[in-house]
Amino acid sequence: MSGTDLTRLTAADLAGQLASGEVSSVEATQAHLDRIAAVDADIHAFLHVSDHALEVAADIDRRRAAGEELGPVAGVPLAIKDVLVTTDMPSTSGSRILEGYMSPFDATVVARARAAGLVPLGKTNMDEFAMGSSTEHSAYGPTHNPWDLDRIPGGSGGGSAAAVASFEAPLALGSDTGGSIRQPAHVTGTVGLKPTYGGVSRYGAIALASSLDQVGPVTRTVLDAGLLHDVIGGHDPRDSTSLTDAWPSFAEAARDGARGDVLRGLRVGVIKELPDSGFQAGVSASFRAALAAMEAQGAEIVEISAPHFEFGVAAYYLILPAEASSNLAKFDSVRFGLRVTPAGTPTVESVMAATRDAGFGDEVKRRIILGTYALSAGYYDAYYGSAQKVRTLIQRDFDAAFAQVDVIATPSAPTTAFRLGEKIDDPMQMYLNDVTTIPANLAGVPGISIPSGLAEEDGLPVGIQFLAPARHDAQLYRVGAALEALLVDSWGGPLLDRAPVRGGVA
Amino acid sequence: MLARIQLSDEEIERLTGQLDVIVDNIAKVSQVATPDVPATSHPIPLQNVYRPDVVGETLTLAQALQNAPDAADGRFRVTAILGEEQ
Repeated sequence: MSGTDLTRLTAADLAGQLASGEVSSVEATQAHLDRIAAVDADIHAFLHVSDHALEVAADIDRRRAAGEELGPVAGVPLAIKDVLVTTDMPSTSGSRILEGYMSPFDATVVARARAAGLVPLGKTNMDEFAMGSSTEHSAYGPTHNPWDLDRIPGGSGGGSAAAVASFEAPLALGSDTGGSIRQPAHVTGTVGLKPTYGGVSRYGAIALASSLDQVGPVTRTVLDAGLLHDVIGGHDPRDSTSLTDAWPSFAEAARDGARGDVLRGLRVGVIKELPDSGFQAGVSASFRAALAAMEAQGAEIVEISAPHFEFGVAAYYLILPAEASSNLAKFDSVRFGLRVTPAGTPTVESVMAATRDAGFGDEVKRRIILGTYALSAGYYDAYYGSAQKVRTLIQRDFDAAFAQVDVIATPSAPTTAFRLGEKIDDPMQMYLNDVTTIPANLAGVPGISIPSGLAEEDGLPVGIQFLAPARHDAQLYRVGAALEALLVDSWGGPLLDRAPVRGGVA
Repeated sequence: MLARIQLSDEEIERLTGQLDVIVDNIAKVSQVATPDVPATSHPIPLQNVYRPDVVGETLTLAQALQNAPDAADGRFRVTAILGEEQ
């Protein structure tokens, strides 16, 4: 080996070197396992590291040597968010109630990743049942932001974002119910995309809110996200919300976008109701600079109105708890998970209540209680019913906006990474973090966050979010890759090159 | 309680305060949810999703029981359904 650090390569470059035989999958996998061993005590991105990764990699190398035709990313390592069930590693969704749970089947996205020759490295940390914006609600302790270990890596998918940001994996899988892929991307200087609702199978994704959840890619570049999306996307008969559309290649869309022509004449909507005053100064400055860079290449910035977005957080925090309280009813201490038996003469009902008290963390309890309250007789119309109407109004806002523009742009989140512990005792402040990301989930439209730069005041990463109409995910890859190419060129290299080097000399 | 969570007194006190703040905030949905607006339950409407009526791959008995906290004779074992006073 020539001394190149394999963990610094993009998935696309690594895949190229694997295909040409320059490196083996065993070498690439070992390099990432070594990196995890060197830095994960500080980062805590992983809840479990696979015992089988090198065997899987050796099998890929063997098949390649035997002349088998392998997929474009075969042999590339992959981190998997713990919300996705796996047969060869525990799946806990960040909860004590599922500690040690071994699924008898693989999630469809995991099965597709294995079939494509991706090498699962381990399971990544997350807020318990994906409820949170900081990973501080994980039952197994928080993940730390590679840019500043005292700060949050975002959530719920902070583990996946921190894993790719700290070069522990080139690719990771995430899930996004209200921003859990995009907000971690924002605070870690990485790329995350929430596909159109139904674009990627949720079979085997431990459900949080079924009308909002989507699985998607978490990577360092837009092209890598497209490569992973191509592997996991498409119809799955085991998920009845899965769309039957024939999807274009998202990697191809990213390659096409990187040439930059897409920006000429592109109409980019900026939402009047999300004024700069609602964001940290360095976040809006980075956002405006990114828009100016696009404008210089021929994009047209158009002010649009989305009057109901301000009700999005409220509607979301009714719909999500309502659906979650129902989805989490399955944790009843009977078929799987923890069982706690209280003293005296317990009944199945007292066992269930004691188990759920011991097995769920505070945030999960809050949301289950909120959900059962919002759904209860007498309150249903005022709360859940009204929230569903807000959903219609937000969809109409999107329809009106996309009649005028090709994509919408927003800063991906209001602030850069806040400090661990800063918002943990104030759930409402934590919820308001999601103001920019939630509308996409309520309306089912796709969204991407890519790095737009560093905030002047704290030197921490900032992301820009693009939203497109439902089913137009490819447009996000084109636009995202175009802006990424412009910005990386202006910076003289990827943003992550400016993150602190961790784990000694690479 | 509908949530089926046995909370301690300390937890009840802490969560009650937090939930009051949250409920005050989310109640604003009723400001714009007028009667003329239809409700949306699902972002991308789909109807009548069927699968072919054939036997699929299903879990074996052992797989279904492998994560059970307690099992006996090929079934899940649970605590008594009724308490003494019932």
